[in-house]
Parts: sequence; structure tokens; C-alpha cells
Amino acid sequence: MTKAIDKFMIKAAGLSKVVPSGAGQLVILHEIDLAVMAGEAVAIVGASGSGKSTLLGLLAGLDTPSVGSVHLNGADLFALDEDGRAALRARLLGFVFQSFQLLPALNALENVMLPLELAGTAGAAQLAESMLERVGLAERLGHYPKHLSGGEQQRVALARAFVMQPKLLLADEPTGNLDAATGAGVIDLMFALNAEAGTTLVLVTHDDAIARRCQRQIRLVGGRIVA
Amino acid sequence: MKPVLQRQNNLPLPLKMLQRDWRAGELRVLALALVIAVASVTSVGFFADRVWQALTREANQMLGADVLLLSDHPFAPELRDEAAKRGLAQVDGVSFVSMARAGDASQLSGVKAVSAGYPLRGKLRIAPRLNAEDAETDRVPPPGTVWLDERLSAALGVQPGDKIELGNTQLIFGAVLTLEPDRGLSFFNIAPRLLMRVEDLPATGLIQTGSRARYQLYVAGTRAAAEAYDRWAKPRLGAGQRIESLGNARPEVRSGLDRAQQFLGLSAMLAVILAAVAIALSTRRYTQRHLDGYAVMRCFGALQGRLFALFAWEFVLLGVAACAVGCILGYAGQAAIALWLTELVASSLPQPGFYPVLQGFAAGLLLLLGFALPPLLQLKNVPAIRVIRREVGAPRQSALAAYALGLAALAALLLWQAGEFKLGATVFGGFAAAFLLFWLVSLGALRLFALLGRTGSVSWRYGLANLRRRSRGNAVQIVALALGLTVLLLLTFIRGDLLEAWRTKLPQDAPNRFVVNIQPDQVAPLVQFLAQNGVVAPTSYPMVRARLTAINGRAVGADDYTDERARRQIDREFNLSFMQTIPPGNQVTAGRWFTPEDYAQGAVSVEVWIAERLGIELGDRLSFSGGGASIDVPVTSVRKLDWDSMRPNFFFVTTPKALTAFPASYMSTFRVLDDPLFTTRLTQAFPNLTVIDVSALMRQVNAMLDQVIRAVEFVFLFALVAGVLVLYAALLSTQDERRQEAALMRALGARRAQVAAAQRAEFFALGLVAGVLASAGATAIGYVLAERVFQFPWQFNIAIWIAGPLAGLACVALNAWLGGRAALNHPPMLALREGT
Ligand SMILES: Nc1ncnc2c1ncn2[C@@H]1O[C@H](COP(=O)(O)OP(=O)(O)OP(=O)(O)O)[C@@H](O)[C@H]1O
Ligand SMILES: [Mg+2]
Repeated sequence: MTKAIDKFMIKAAGLSKVVPSGAGQLVILHEIDLAVMAGEAVAIVGASGSGKSTLLGLLAGLDTPSVGSVHLNGADLFALDEDGRAALRARLLGFVFQSFQLLPALNALENVMLPLELAGTAGAAQLAESMLERVGLAERLGHYPKHLSGGEQQRVALARAFVMQPKLLLADEPTGNLDAATGAGVIDLMFALNAEAGTTLVLVTHDDAIARRCQRQIRLVGGRIVA
Repeated sequence: MKPVLQRQNNLPLPLKMLQRDWRAGELRVLALALVIAVASVTSVGFFADRVWQALTREANQMLGADVLLLSDHPFAPELRDEAAKRGLAQVDGVSFVSMARAGDASQLSGVKAVSAGYPLRGKLRIAPRLNAEDAETDRVPPPGTVWLDERLSAALGVQPGDKIELGNTQLIFGAVLTLEPDRGLSFFNIAPRLLMRVEDLPATGLIQTGSRARYQLYVAGTRAAAEAYDRWAKPRLGAGQRIESLGNARPEVRSGLDRAQQFLGLSAMLAVILAAVAIALSTRRYTQRHLDGYAVMRCFGALQGRLFALFAWEFVLLGVAACAVGCILGYAGQAAIALWLTELVASSLPQPGFYPVLQGFAAGLLLLLGFALPPLLQLKNVPAIRVIRREVGAPRQSALAAYALGLAALAALLLWQAGEFKLGATVFGGFAAAFLLFWLVSLGALRLFALLGRTGSVSWRYGLANLRRRSRGNAVQIVALALGLTVLLLLTFIRGDLLEAWRTKLPQDAPNRFVVNIQPDQVAPLVQFLAQNGVVAPTSYPMVRARLTAINGRAVGADDYTDERARRQIDREFNLSFMQTIPPGNQVTAGRWFTPEDYAQGAVSVEVWIAERLGIELGDRLSFSGGGASIDVPVTSVRKLDWDSMRPNFFFVTTPKALTAFPASYMSTFRVLDDPLFTTRLTQAFPNLTVIDVSALMRQVNAMLDQVIRAVEFVFLFALVAGVLVLYAALLSTQDERRQEAALMRALGARRAQVAAAQRAEFFALGLVAGVLASAGATAIGYVLAERVFQFPWQFNIAIWIAGPLAGLACVALNAWLGGRAALNHPPMLALREGT
């Protein structure tokens, strides 16, 4: 692997997603070319339905494109099979979702421990606990998601993402379900954690103020990148 | 460190997941379903096993032992030593026919000499005087005394205390023998009984080499030891020796036990089916609640195989734990019944075997595998993209395809439980068909209701529209409810019908006296005598004793057969009868009953069991000879007998003309009501007749039947509990959805009353459809069971059609009240938050 490729955490080329709809075809993403450098923070902005989440899903290998390729940290994502992509995600990626996606049967601590446990990391409980302390939830370790506020839930989700020390964090409207003040708190925390760990960040948002905190903004309109 | 942390130990991940899911209440219904399933299977198993043992023991009373060895010469010490070595109790018996005298009177009597301890199973009954109240006794005649039966004491005209001469010795008449448990083994040629001690035999001088005596060795002990001894002894028997065990005991008893086995098997099967439904329902619910979690874990990069293994292990661990708890519960349950039953049985029930534990575990794990695996496998197909696009769920498979494995497992389990193909196949086929039909009908009905719901109040319209919108989940719920209710209806209505039909197979007016050896010229005077003594409608049968000498002109003898019973039968004389019409309770299974031509030319009808043993087929020519006469007649029909009926049954029945050359006597059966002196009067009037009182035997058979029925009813109770659990699981299956929907409606401003009314409309439709389906299902299954499996006449029961819909409505009403209330009281905020 050459150094040139290594500086790119994400390199997407000619990425299209077309789905059948009714009689014809619906183009959701149209020939997206995108490169994100390691350590960079990039915001993806655009109107609702412009294809932001779809793009994020493709970058993470959660879905397959109709055409095009994605290289993550130099590895060709779609040359791998489902499990291969999953293994790559396990090594590289952290996620934060708009709807938090905490497991309701697990308490805060266990939710944070889960990825560690799945990866077989030793000392999961200690790592998870210190991460929860870092996001300011040291007192809420044993609480279940349904007893946490939205902001708290999203903090747990952040802790869950960062505890794996990912090289790349993908966040899909992390503040979409939160009020402005709470959202701002979560965003501050996310940027702080990001800076500490030197993580590459790709953030989908509606909020221009949040987008401006990233080094670069990519605007999607009808599945195409503009400007 | 904080307490939360201390609890995070280093357990394997599946165990931790199990712990967490358990704590969160995710698995409770599933676990409960499994526990109850295994508990009912094992308790049925344990209990059936114990009752079976007890019944076998009861039935063994008719042998007087667990194993009875018979011989025409004294037993070799080897056989006794082995029995002693195996810790088995043994007593001796010697029987022969000899003249007993008292003063001037003398009578040929069947002498039986026994050692102390006889009989090992069952009890003798004696009375202090003729016609006095009798009672059970644990003793045998003391040395120097004899016990005579009613008939012998009447014939000799003696009373207890008198002297009886037997061979070279004199013995004291000690008591009147009223019941000998192993007496019922042969109806014919029974001389009146004289019971004495083996120790007194030498003094009589009657037993010498060459004298015709039969030797019995009664052996009894634990079941395992008795069975092992039976196996050990069989190949070591010499010429003239054989083993009598339950397998070749009276057909009446055998068929009663077989039917009991069927009933117990049936109830166990019902429990298994219900368990399957409950497990399928609760796993379905579990997976639906775990779709998101699964997608998130995929997102973290967990491999499919690993995640599947994780869930699978979690379930296996849960399964093993639930099976263990179920087994313990099952054991406790049956112990309680056993305790309750011993008060009725008097004799203590033997300890249950270990086999049911095995059975319980196998059944539990098989059910889990068959019905939990398919939904778990579906989980495997949940795409990770679900974390971003919520509407993406597990790809839908048809329910039937998903549960093919489960159905196969269930079929295997049922056949195993039934221990009999026909019963197992009928029940499985019945439920599979019911399942399919229920599914189709409920989908159709939901559509229909949705059409009905176009008009009416908002709540009504909304509620009925829901039926359609959630048609899949609702159909599942209806099918499950209907299956549960079907079983409950079967258990409450059909069970009673079936058991009652079985009970009444032994009619209350069944004959209790058999009289044999009636000479042709005595038939009319006997009928007259009976009429004078208040006996109505005696049935008489002509009887001819003859040996089967050839089949299709080829001579047959014991050497032609390997089957032990065939060998024994062929060398004996058969009791043949001839008649015009087919005897009651007989059923022609091949060929046809005698035609006018058959009456002219002579023909024979053969019983199916003996035909199989002796290799006789329709159209064969059979040669019989006896009393200096012989005939050769074709087989024109094969008959099945009704062994439950206590009627005399004949292996061979010919046309009347065929047997005219043979010396015939007659036998008569009739019912005598409480009349202790009847036998005495009869034998005084007709000294040559042999009267056999089968009322004791009938009492025995009836008592056994009663116990069996009680046991069966109790075992049915477990299936009932399982049925209730299925109903519960079915109601739970749509609760999440309903709760969230109710919250949503309220969040949108619906009043509580409106939400409740909408749910009531929906529930009403669900309960009605499920109830009607259950009535139809129970009726159909009951019909097939009665007509095909148990062979009882079927009766339409209108009550089922009332109870079914009512029960269905009651179920959902209860659910609406419980679950609906919870849904309504659940703060909308919380429900909505859980739902995100
Ligand atoms: N598999 C699919 N089948 C059909 N339509 C799809 C599929 N995936 C996405 N779409 C459609 O493509 C469009 C883009 O979806 P996407 O979720 O990426 O939008 P978005 O930019 O994230 O919008 P929002 O800001 O509302 O979250 C939408 O109109 C969506 O309905
Ligand atoms: Mg989106």
C-alpha cells in the first residue's frame, strides 16, 4: 500500500445508487466522487431526501452501490463480502445515529461495553466506564435507555462509538432528535472527543452552524454534489 | 469500584446476554412456555410411567405374579436360584385334578397347592362360612387345612370345620374361598377349586412321577428385576414349560391397557403441540424486539455467523435451564398426583423411572430448535442498513416455510410420544390441517371484517381497519388463540365424551356368569330354570371342541410355527361355534359373512389375531377334527372381536350344518343380580354344569378402568395449563404494537374512551373468529379421534359451538382489560420513546 492512498481515509469514486420505483427507476445518488483525508472533519449537508443518509450508508458499507467504489483506509470496500465489510467496520468505524439506537434491554454501561465485548476486548467494563465518565454520565451507568433523556442517550451513543477508538466516525444527524441547547452540548462533546482522538469525522446535518464547525462542507442536491 | 461494575464478570458473552435479556424481562414468556412445556411432558411421562407400572401391577394380579412360569414337571433349582439371586420373591404352586370326598359325597375338584406368600400380586378373599361376607386375606391355608370355593363346598355339602378327604390324607375345611386373583385366566374346564398347602401334598400321595400335574412358579419384584428375569428365563425353559406374562394375559386387560396408553399419549401430545405454539409465539416476539439491536451490532462490525452463534447459544442456555426447571417441576407435579392417587389405588405406586427426564429434555430442546431457530435465522437476514432506514426489516418468508423445521420436529415428537403411528399421525395431521385452515380462514375473515368496518363510529371503523392493517400479526394471533382454544375445548368436551364412551363399552348389564358344558337336551330346561330364578335373556352359544388338523390339505402341528403362542394353540383343542348371524361386537374385516350358499355348503369365519398367528388367509380350506368327526371348510371371512365386551368370543365360527357331525355342548352367559345362593341352586339342579362367576374379574377390570380414567383426566390437566399459556402468549404477541399505537392515538389527541372502543372492536372480531375456528377444529379432531382411533361412536356436541366463541370472546375481553388497560395507562411519552 502506498503512502498516497494512506492519506485518504475515504475515497469514493463514481458512486451511484439507483432503486426501482414503480415502473421506472429512481436515482438516489448520481456519480458521487468524494475524498476525505485522514483526520479531516467533513459535513454533508442538503435538503431532506437529497440522499445524505444513503451516501453515509454506502460509505460504511451497510448497503451496496449500483455502481462505483469506496476505499476505506486503502481497502476496497465492495471487493469484500458482507462479513469482510463488517470486519472492516469493526476495525475502523464508529457510528452515531439520529435515533440513538441504544439496545433497550441493556443499561448504559452495557450498551457501551457491547462493541468491546463483541470484539472480544479485555477489560471492557473499565474502558466503558471511563468512557461514560468522559461523556459526563458516571452517575448513570446502571440506567436503561428508556430512563435517560434524549441528550443523555446520545451521549451514551457517543461513548459507545468512541470507546472503540475508531479511525473514522460517521454521524447521521446526531442532533436531529434533540432540542437546540441539548444538541449543541452533544455536538461540543463530539468535537472534543474527535479532537482528542484525532478521528476522521463525516457528519450529516441540516444545521449550517454545525456544518461550519467542520473543515469542509459537501452539499447534496437531488443525489448530486454541488460546489 | 461501583456495584454495577462488580457485577460485570467474565462470563462468556452468550451467558451475559442471557443474563441481561432475562433481567430486562425479554425472555420470561419464552422461558415460562418452555418450563411449562417440559414440565407437562415430563410429568405426563413420569406419571404415565408410574401409572403404567401401577396398572401393570394391577393387571399382574391376574397372574398372581409379575412373571408366572408354568411347567408340566417340577422346576429345576436353577430357575429358583436365579430368581433368589435377583432379589425376587417366589412362591410355588402345583395344580392337578383329583377327587375330593366328604362322607359319602365326592366331587372332582381342581386342586391347587401353594406355598406361603401366594399370591404375590393381588389378594385372596375368603369367607368364614358359605354365603357369609367375604374379606381380603394375606394368608394361605395353614398346614392341615384347605379352602374350598362355593361350588365345591356346595357339591360336597360341607361347612368350615368339616373334614375333607384328599388322596391318602384328611384335611380340615378352613374357609370358603371367594376370589383367587389369577383364576380368570381360563374360562373353560374349570373344576371347582380346592386350595391347600404345598407342605401337605406328600401326605396325599397324589403326586407321583407320571401323574398329571402342572407346576407354577410365581415370581415378583421390582419391574426391572422382573423384566430382566423374564428375559433371562425365556431361553432356558425346556419342553412343556412356558412363561405367562402380561403380554399374553387376558385380551380384555390388554386392550384396556393399550387404550389407556393411547389416552395418556394423547394428552402428552396435546401438551407438546401447545408448547410448540407458545414457543413459536414468544420467539417471534423476541426477534421482533431485537431487530434493531441486531442491526446495530452488525453496524459495529460483528460478523453474521458470530451474532447468530451468540443468539443461538443464548437460547440453548436458556433452553437447558428451562428444561431442568421443567423437569423438577414435572417431577414435583407427578409426585403430588401420585400421592393423591395412592389414596385411591391403595397399593403404593412404584418409583418413576429416569426415562421421562430424558424425554423432557429431548422434547424441550427439540421444540426450541424447531420453533425458535427459524425466527432466529430470520434475524440473521436483518440488513445493517436498518439503523439508517427503519422500514427495512427482516425479509418476510412464508410462515410455513419458516416453520418447516419446527413442524418436522413436532411430527417426530408426536410420533415418539404416541408410541404408535396411527394416533401420532392423526393428531399431527389434524393439527397441521387445522393450522393451515385456521390461517387461511382468519386472513379471509379479517378482510371481511375490514369491509364491514366501512361504516359506524370512528372507533369502530378505526378498530376494524386495524384488523386489516395488521393482518399478518392478527392472523398469527387468531391461529394461536384458535389452537389453544381447540385444545381446551377438546379437553373439556371431547375428553368427557371419549372417556364416557370407553367406560360404557363395558355395559352395566354385562353378563357376570358363564355356564359351560350344557348338553343339548339341557338347553330348554336351563332356560326355564333361569327364567324361574329371575334371570332374563340368557345368550346361548353352541360349542364344539376340535383341533385344527390341516390348512389347505397340509397337516399342521406345533413344528410348523415359530411363534410361541401359535405353537401352543395349534396343539390344543379350539372352541368352535356355529351360528346364523354374526355375533354382536364382531366385525368382518375381510371377506363377507356367510351367504346362503355358504350355509348350504359349509364355511368358517376366522378371528383376525389367530389368522395372523396361524397363517390363515381368506379362501384357505381348514380341516378340523374332534370327537370322531372331521370337516373341511373354506374361510369366507376374517373377523375382528371386541375384547372389551366381556362376551364369549370364538376364534372360529362355522355355519351350523358344518358341525352337525360333532358332539356339541352349549355355553350360556347371563347376568345374575345379588343372589348369593344362585350358584348353589344351579349346580344342584344341573350337577354336570360348570358355572363361572366372572363378577370378581369384572370388578377387577372395572376398578382398573376407573383408575386409568382418573389418571388420564389428571394428565389432561397439564395440557390444559399449557393451553392457557398459549392463549397468554398469543395475546401478548401483539401487545407491543397495540401499546405503541394507543400511545400514538392519544398523542394525536384521541380520548381514552375512543382508543379503548377501537381496541374493543378489534378484539371482538379477533375473539369471535378464533372461537368459531376452535369449535370447528375441536369438533373435527374429536370426530376423527372417536371414529378412527378409539373406535367409539361419535356424537355431535352443540355445546362446543356455544363454548368456543364464548371462550374466544372471554379471552380477548380479559386481554383487552389487562393489556388494554396497561396500554392506556402507559404514558404516551414513554411508549413513543420505547418505540423509537
Ligand atoms: N431502498 C430505497 N428504496 C426506495 N427509495 C429509497 C431507498 N433508499 C432511499 N430512498 C429514497 O431516496 C431518497 C433519499 O433518501 P435519504 O434517506 O438518503 O435522504 P436524506 O438526505 O437522508 O433525507 P433526511 O434529511 O430526511 O434524512 C428518499 O426520497 C428516500 O425515500
Ligand atoms: Mg437521513
